Amino acid sequence: MIIGVVGIQGAVSEHLDMLKKCNVDSLWIRKAEQLCGVSGLIIPGGESTTISKLMRESSLFDSIVDLGKGGMPIYGTCAGLVLLAKQGCENVKKTEPKLFGLMDMKICRNAFGNQKESFEAEIDFEGIGKYPGVFIRAPIIDKTWGNCKPLSFYDGKIVAAKQSNLLATSFHPELTDDIRLHEFFIDMI
Amino acid sequence: MELQKGTQKLKEGFAKMQKGGVIMDVVTSEQAKLAEKSGAVAVMALHAVPADIRVNGGVARMADPSIIRSIIDSVTIPVMAKCRIGHVAEAQIIQEIGVDMIDESEVLTPADEEAHIDKKKFTIPFVCGARNLGEALRRINEGAAMIRTKGEPGTGNVVEAVRHMKRINQEIYELKTLKRNEITIRNKADELRIPVELLEKTIEIGRIPVVNFAAGGIATPADAALMMQLGSDGVFVGSGIFKSDNPERFARAIVEATKHYDDPKVLLEVSKGLGVPMKGSDISTIPKEQRMQDRGV
Repeated sequence: MIIGVVGIQGAVSEHLDMLKKCNVDSLWIRKAEQLCGVSGLIIPGGESTTISKLMRESSLFDSIVDLGKGGMPIYGTCAGLVLLAKQGCENVKKTEPKLFGLMDMKICRNAFGNQKESFEAEIDFEGIGKYPGVFIRAPIIDKTWGNCKPLSFYDGKIVAAKQSNLLATSFHPELTDDIRLHEFFIDMI
Repeated sequence: MELQKGTQKLKEGFAKMQKGGVIMDVVTSEQAKLAEKSGAVAVMALHAVPADIRVNGGVARMADPSIIRSIIDSVTIPVMAKCRIGHVAEAQIIQEIGVDMIDESEVLTPADEEAHIDKKKFTIPFVCGARNLGEALRRINEGAAMIRTKGEPGTGNVVEAVRHMKRINQEIYELKTLKRNEITIRNKADELRIPVELLEKTIEIGRIPVVNFAAGGIATPADAALMMQLGSDGVFVGSGIFKSDNPERFARAIVEATKHYDDPKVLLEVSKGLGVPMKGSDISTIPKEQRMQDRGV
């Protein structure tokens, strides 16, 4: 089994390191051709505006949408969560990044404020338990509908959700030493 | 676990989110919007780009907070701002404005020739310039969450950024071949003026322990690609964009070149017909006392 990490921009190598710790083969994906042979995909944190723009200019964007619709397990962290959503807040509309529109959720980008408000806090994650949440200029999930189910809350706000083959967290497991969230995703494959 | 803000993990984590990206110098909210539209991962809010700072002369200080604020309000990507080396109060003001990262920068006139800011006391992360491994590790020891080469700002000449990145790469390589006994490690740490633990960590991971960007003289897509090929995690472009003929095209092309730095076909495409880059200057024509890279060692 090989898991691809979409390597356009952001915390790519950190996800690759986590997958190594989970004893899973991984691949740094920069072109659509590399997607064949991959059984799951991670979309890392970075700047969602930049990642979306750069992906749209290659065929990677449409390929990922097709794979997601076709049932491939995809996990998005932070900016990756933003891209997986069907709807964005005003803050997202301002820069008009095109979203994959795969998950039945509305997200709010940069919901806690600027970097001064970035924080670490323990959260409860359904199916895992206590987990160290690292939130960096993090988005939140405003609401979910349909088959999209919240898995974790912080201060009453949804910070993780799952919809059949799709998983999204507004925090960064790749910046911790705790591999349980990556294992949770691997179990979905 | 209590809620924690301003931890080193959050500071270094913020820098990691910038990897593979281009951070652009801007002086107005219009420029900031153009940078965001062109794919910049962040903008650096300034009162003048380094090339103009060079021409203007006088004391270069932190930008007017109202300019920085208007830039923050105009974009959704992170905003950085520069303070003078050692100027704690400018850094405090910048943090208070709501900036995401502070650049303690040699582009501005140093406020303290003996010491840099104690960056661990701040909630938001700092990036600092370095010409060599010792400078980089000293800044990290002071709390910097990100390093960039100093290069020679405002020149549009990449030669100094290349020199600094290669120097750091060479010194890391030499560390790897260093005899691993207590005395040599301690001597090396003393020579670099850093704690033994930081040196050991650097040897163990075989690279600068935080995100390391290129800066200081990058003016074309090819310059950006060159710095990425030398191992940069991303690039800062100062005067190179808004001192060129066609800022929007240059901005987009440099973003593309940073992403596809190892694909000459793409580099060729994005380099075509861009118009005239910033004029730039030869390093040998810059008097020693006007060299910014010698500030803050």
